[in-house]
Amino acid sequence: MAIRVKSPGLLTTVQDTGRLGEYAIGMPPSGAMDVFSYQVGNYLVGNEEGAAGLEITYFGPELEFTEDAVVAVTGAQMPPKINGEEAPTWETLSVEAGDVLTFDYLQNGARSYLAVAGGIDVPVFMHSRSTYTLIGLGGHEGRALGEGDELALGEAGDRSDRVGMAVVEQQIPKYSKETELRVIIGLASYRLTEESMEEFLNTTWTVTPDADRVGYRYKGGELGFVEREQPAGAGADQANVVDFGYPVGSIQVPGGVEPIVLMNDAVTGGGYATIGTVISADRDKLAQTKTNDKTRFRSVDLEEALAAREQRRKQMAEIKEALS
Amino acid sequence: MSRGVETELPQARYSYGGDEFVFVELAEAMSLKVNFRAMAITNKLEEERIDGVMDICPSNASYMVRIDPDVLHPDDLISRLKEIDAEAGDIQGFELRTRVVDVPVMMEDPWTHETLMRFRDRHQDPETTDLEYSARINGYDSKEDFIAALLGSPWLVTMIGFVPGLPWCYQLVPPEEQVEVPKYVRPRTYTPERAFGFGGGFAVVYSVEGAGGYQLYGLAPAPVLDVKQELKDFQDSIVFPKPGDVFNYRGIEREEFDEIRGCVEDGTFEYRKKNFVFHPDRALHDPHAYNEEILGVLYGD
Repeated sequence: MAIRVKSPGLLTTVQDTGRLGEYAIGMPPSGAMDVFSYQVGNYLVGNEEGAAGLEITYFGPELEFTEDAVVAVTGAQMPPKINGEEAPTWETLSVEAGDVLTFDYLQNGARSYLAVAGGIDVPVFMHSRSTYTLIGLGGHEGRALGEGDELALGEAGDRSDRVGMAVVEQQIPKYSKETELRVIIGLASYRLTEESMEEFLNTTWTVTPDADRVGYRYKGGELGFVEREQPAGAGADQANVVDFGYPVGSIQVPGGVEPIVLMNDAVTGGGYATIGTVISADRDKLAQTKTNDKTRFRSVDLEEALAAREQRRKQMAEIKEALS
Repeated sequence: MSRGVETELPQARYSYGGDEFVFVELAEAMSLKVNFRAMAITNKLEEERIDGVMDICPSNASYMVRIDPDVLHPDDLISRLKEIDAEAGDIQGFELRTRVVDVPVMMEDPWTHETLMRFRDRHQDPETTDLEYSARINGYDSKEDFIAALLGSPWLVTMIGFVPGLPWCYQLVPPEEQVEVPKYVRPRTYTPERAFGFGGGFAVVYSVEGAGGYQLYGLAPAPVLDVKQELKDFQDSIVFPKPGDVFNYRGIEREEFDEIRGCVEDGTFEYRKKNFVFHPDRALHDPHAYNEEILGVLYGD
């Protein structure tokens, strides 16, 4: 045992790169919502890629360390404090047995990540340590952390030489209350009228309180479907289709209002018309938006999506290189 | 039997689901034929073991593939999928190595009844039960006749998902006998685990407790998801149903329900099931005759 949870914060879960490759049985990937911040945290503490960390949402926990450890906090600006003393983010820190790590109020972004040298050592379930709370599997007992929980750490050896390493300023993402997300229009987008598709792309949407690991719901416009005689098996509502698969990041519009972007813990399929998908490189940015933030969706083609993905991959490789 | 033979399928729509998914809608309308085609294509793709393919998800009238675009360009996959589609042709002679499974269900059980009464304000017709409503809008004289139709012919598992292990099932009957019902006006916030429900043209068994919008008809005593993998049928996977399985929903009374629950709880339950080579063209040509044969395989010696 190495971390004792004195208070859990609003929603703190164990996450890694996710339970990939199980979509066909209806298992969503789970995993860190902002992969960039999560991975950079692992680089800072010298972990193998894929070591499990904590995803901290909106309001931070109070954690007591029962042995010395090397840690880093990345992602949303929720300033960490060690025994009440403010400590930097995006930088490798050392904590000693008996130290208490707390977090100040959220200043921007939505999710912080705590990486600990050796990784959080919870049992592996279907090749991942990620928590999937809906059916209670993975992570720490299949649920968010609670008061009194105790977490073990993986073997780390001496990593004290890493303390003080930091991500350079230009590489640290800036989170704003106005975000643009790039989408590839497609899937069942033929169900929306042309005017509605235009409106979807021209509206500044507001993140509603329904914004979590399952998905983000937005308000601010009203979209209409092309009238059709509903095909066999689809059900009567114009928003319904014959149930099909939902990609991670896909956007659906139940009832024509309040588009929803499905995220890491979402359902894998269903009967609502989907109109496009947020590109993988922008899911990190989406994960750092919160209720009342503004979001615009910009249509891009596959080439731009792949270029953005490649740019993000290069940036992460550069950071990793600089920290090795 | 010509009215049972379905018309040609339209041109498939190929689409990118962001940079990590390829989504292929074979038809907007559900039919057995389109699902057989989705299965023929995804089975073939599975056999090819292409580098960069991460998940292959057949669904009702479509399918989806998750890829690692750093390894496999979405356009390269789409080119190959179009070739496989052409090879699959009109699925003449396509065989499906599958299982036929006995799935007991207690219709009008007390638990789903309590649930559907609690959410009456979210239903199209608050004055009746989900079964009475569904029977009426599908032109049945009584709910008993409607239940007899649901339990009278087996079903094809056409998709797994929504949540882990939930099977979508489409009945092996001619198009004019297919049941169709709307989903609730507003979804329920609660559905019991193992509820037997119906929405659009599909029957499902809810694998976990949770929200849901399908009409509720009954409860299955046996699970479709066993996260702890304690039952024999779940040794290889936490999920029992597989796309292409043939499920026969068999009506049971409370006594058998309790008996099966006991076996599930002491870990001795096992589904009655037989291996079976399913011939889609026979199911399309004369479903009722073929169903008799399928049930003979399941329940015969």
